[in-house]
Amino acid sequence: MSQAKEVWITGIGIVSSLGEGLDAHWDALNAGRINVDETRFAPYIVHPLAPVSFDAQIPKKGDQRQMEAWQRIGVYAAGLALDSAGVKGNQEILSRMDMIVAAGGGERDIAVDLAILNAAAKGNLAPGFLNEKLMNDLRPTLFLAQLSNLLAGNIAIVHGVCGTSRTFMGEEAASIDAARIALARIASGQSDIALVGAGHNGERQDLLILYEFGDFNLKGKYAPLWSRDTSHGGFALGSAGAFLVLESREHAQARGAKPYAKLSRVVTDLAPRKQPGAVAKSLEAMWPKLGLSSDTGYLISGATGVEPVTSEEKAFLQKHPGYAVRSTGTIFGHTLETQFPLGLALAALSISRGALFPPNDPTGFEVEKAGAPNQIVVEGAGHWQGEGLALVEAVK
Amino acid sequence: MGRPIVVVTGMGVVTSLGSGKKDNWDRLTAGESGIRTVSRFPIDGLKTTMAGTVDFISVDPFSSTGLTERLAHIATEEALAQAAIGARGDFPGPLFLAVAPVEVEWPQRFELGRAVGKQEFGYPELLQASGGGRFADFHHRFLFGSIAGNLAETYGTKGSPISLSTACASGATAIQLGVEAIRRGETEAALCVATDASVNPEAMVRFSLLSALSTQNDPPQAASKPFSKNRDGFVMAEGAGTLVLESYDAAVARGAKILGIVAGCGELTDSFHRTRSAPDGKPAIGCVLKTLADAGMAPEQIDHINAHGTSTPENDKMEYLATNAVFGEHTSKIPVTSNKSAVGHTISAAGAVEAIFSLLTLEHQRIPPTLNYENPDPAIPFDVVGNKARDARVTAVMSNSFGFGGQNASLILTREPA
Repeated sequence: MSQAKEVWITGIGIVSSLGEGLDAHWDALNAGRINVDETRFAPYIVHPLAPVSFDAQIPKKGDQRQMEAWQRIGVYAAGLALDSAGVKGNQEILSRMDMIVAAGGGERDIAVDLAILNAAAKGNLAPGFLNEKLMNDLRPTLFLAQLSNLLAGNIAIVHGVCGTSRTFMGEEAASIDAARIALARIASGQSDIALVGAGHNGERQDLLILYEFGDFNLKGKYAPLWSRDTSHGGFALGSAGAFLVLESREHAQARGAKPYAKLSRVVTDLAPRKQPGAVAKSLEAMWPKLGLSSDTGYLISGATGVEPVTSEEKAFLQKHPGYAVRSTGTIFGHTLETQFPLGLALAALSISRGALFPPNDPTGFEVEKAGAPNQIVVEGAGHWQGEGLALVEAVK
Repeated sequence: MGRPIVVVTGMGVVTSLGSGKKDNWDRLTAGESGIRTVSRFPIDGLKTTMAGTVDFISVDPFSSTGLTERLAHIATEEALAQAAIGARGDFPGPLFLAVAPVEVEWPQRFELGRAVGKQEFGYPELLQASGGGRFADFHHRFLFGSIAGNLAETYGTKGSPISLSTACASGATAIQLGVEAIRRGETEAALCVATDASVNPEAMVRFSLLSALSTQNDPPQAASKPFSKNRDGFVMAEGAGTLVLESYDAAVARGAKILGIVAGCGELTDSFHRTRSAPDGKPAIGCVLKTLADAGMAPEQIDHINAHGTSTPENDKMEYLATNAVFGEHTSKIPVTSNKSAVGHTISAAGAVEAIFSLLTLEHQRIPPTLNYENPDPAIPFDVVGNKARDARVTAVMSNSFGFGGQNASLILTREPA
């Protein structure tokens, strides 16, 4: 194998409950702002998407109509990332840009589902009732707004990212693996430039049901992540999109692109969670693989608030007391596939701004830490499975 | 090229034709069809009433996701038994799983509705009935990562398993991810699984509403007719394929039997439309060219094409145009076949199932037939291996997957060098 190439983060796109773009997020993070809605889906809590004009990144109304919110959020964030990397509209680059999207699926037609379930509750249905209702009542193109790989498909159509297109699925772990594979491909010379990220719409009743099956939803009153426990725990779903443009140092320099930071490592695992303590053990086993230069530093955690996982993550973090921790779950809620790229984006943003954003934690687990970070660790553990760590570093 | 050569040392397959390589190959080359009238659920009110369902395997409680996982296990057990790699429950490499998107299904949704216990209710009541652990199994079952997690646990694959979807190209993408990981030197082996058992009412309705499915329901086995003038859509089907990939050196070192080589893979995205391919075939042309370049081969070295051949009016025509653009005069010398004529379109699994059939073609030097080729489309002058299997000298097969969302992927499979 030839020498691994350095991989730069040259584009960042974020849209979330705090707004859109890097300046808006930096300001909101420094002001300690949190946007949470406790009433719309009460007793469930969501972090709703801030008002966004989708026209800015998805100019054709026809394209917007073909998408559900999760796709619009993702396509929007992808566009911001391409803008930020200075490659928007650059057909030569876009036509060979690789893409790995971490995706869930789209929202169901709630009205159609309820009509069918209510009819079923009244009984005496003909054998073909379900077929006929679905044939007559489903919008023909709704499927395209639900299909996982159609977030990537829409990014190709709207922004022209047309090298390769891969969609990873599997909740939180999907995006950790997306970052890992994109990094490995560029570092090994299999790819020069890639778009990586995810989009998530947390304002969905059908998703609340899926997670309510496992009692994972935070209910009643919002609580910052590290204050949640078994008596008042779980996650508040959040809406957000986060994409990064990754490219080899050579490729970026040849086109005169400036890096926000570099992505040096991504390591992932599937801890055997039936064993108590497996998550903490997995994270501890991955930690040395990051090749950290110091036992003090900065870390952005994507902890979900779900027990016992979050307590295991906390126990792991407490073994590294020199690291100042920030929780994206407190600020953005839980954004599933988007949580890890969001963490990477905030790490790169913090490095480029020469500071980590302040703590937002009444329990005192998160502490102030001055200084310009050279390295930031991004940590994630899925609410059900999948763990990962990444190292984002300043470019020297 | 200085990169590891990637070989196949184990294969397993299940389709509507049967379970295992032998059953599938025997029936496929005998010209049998696995397409039948759907009996798993009522077909009243559906425009399309046939599919290539796998009816000889059942899971309880039934869900498409549960059957999808079961098919993956069957194919994987067969592949691992053939490869004889690692120890039971300890596969020495990562898992790449091509799988259909997962969601809560109608039987489970009805069960939840019944749990509400009222005749009129809304989402708040459904939500209220969902919690408390009564439906905890539904959560695990309907997570996107559930099948991969269970397979990884059973077979002891290493690291985080990757579930992926590139629509109808998913199976090829799973193989490609495995090839790339071995070429990077990250691993000496990879388990590439592709599985799909999504023939259920809503999935059929969804494809029907997009006018993608054949509606020539009677007789069902005549519905899938790639390259025929009267083709009118694809036929949904179920199946799974598993390939054990290894570096050539590692396979030789442990004395494994080499079943074939993945000489090249390529992909290129089409941004033309959400469901339609660019009519000029440019992205497909680019995909085929990238694959040839990756293999370091000239078009003349390809002596068989295992086509995507969905039997939709648009795909088959575009596939000919793209092939002809790349292969030129050589096109007419390449026998072409579509396995979808017999097993239907196994969607997320198709790329892997057809890669396995391509490798079996190399092994047996016999090309399985394209069924229902009674009325050739004059606009598609491929040398279609119609209706009867053909013995032929085959050294390099190109297997194409061109799918929804602009997903194109191709593989070149060859025999072990003499």
